Amino acid sequence: MCESCGCGDSEMVPIEVQARILSSNERMAAHNRHHFEAADVFAVNLMGSPGSGKTAVLEATARARKGLRIGAMSGDLATDRDAERLRAVGIPAVTVTTGSACHLDAELVHKALHELDWKGFDLLFIENVGNLVCPAVYDLGQADNVVVLSVTEGEDKPLKYPVMFRKADLVLITKTDLLPYLPFNMDVLLENLAKVMPDPRAIRLSAVTGEGMAEWMDWLACRCEARALATAVGERVC
Amino acid sequence: MHEYSIVSALLQRVEAEAGSRGATSVGRIRVALGELSGVDPELLSTAYEVFRERTLCARAPMEIRTVPARWVCPRCGRTLASGQVLRCLSCQAPARLASGDEIILEQIEMEVA
Repeated sequence: MCESCGCGDSEMVPIEVQARILSSNERMAAHNRHHFEAADVFAVNLMGSPGSGKTAVLEATARARKGLRIGAMSGDLATDRDAERLRAVGIPAVTVTTGSACHLDAELVHKALHELDWKGFDLLFIENVGNLVCPAVYDLGQADNVVVLSVTEGEDKPLKYPVMFRKADLVLITKTDLLPYLPFNMDVLLENLAKVMPDPRAIRLSAVTGEGMAEWMDWLACRCEARALATAVGERVC
Repeated sequence: MHEYSIVSALLQRVEAEAGSRGATSVGRIRVALGELSGVDPELLSTAYEVFRERTLCARAPMEIRTVPARWVCPRCGRTLASGQVLRCLSCQAPARLASGDEIILEQIEMEVA
């Protein structure tokens, strides 16, 4: 009731709620993360622009995988092409069709888990929709974020998309076989990464020549092992 | 354009908060958006105007409070200037984001019978 004039009208009262707007996505992401940790699966959210080489990196990873058991889900607006490419190199993969949505969310990933026999994997790649903006906002339950940035995109991408790069645990600088043909300054890129990533880590990689593949595979193996150890002693690595 | 998904989540949150407090209608709402939240205030406002029709928020304007990014050294507590390398000049420790990634529904004006 309005207490100022006694007119009998109800009154608008400001109420502090302090609610996280994406809390339902965060709950679902925590649920996915719990699944991954319980099954000792190291889940990687692989993000990057369209055409940066995300699928090519996964194809090269499949060829170099040795004993690692790898699976994948690929976010795609409309087609099954990326998952097809991955199945062709022996990676069990499903497509998560997002329709018009520009990113994956934890609910979509959770649904896709029901279509994939993922519990025997050491590594699950969640290949996000090609986009340097929207995917950075949604936690999927992954252990690590890996951002793929090709040298053809230029050195200034980290400064233009700081939200994406801030959340990266690792940046893969891809298509380095093209460097002789480009006016690209690697030092400038690394300095730009250091302005948006507190602890910048990057690997230079070419899926064509194989440059950086050994370092990338070592990083994955090391992260898988660190995760398994942390689960065994009940601690979180990330 | 994930701002449409954010608005959809926002409308659900407002309805849940208002419902749990027995509100009969909702007035102005206030949202805090961090500079590094990945959500664009203008796009969010546009999406909100489109989607709030025929919802509990139909007559609820949205105010956005933007929160600047603030990086601090986790060891000495010194604030780092943005646009610089995110490592403390004196401790060499990687900086920590103290604020600036919020996507929060802060306040709702409600009419409670």
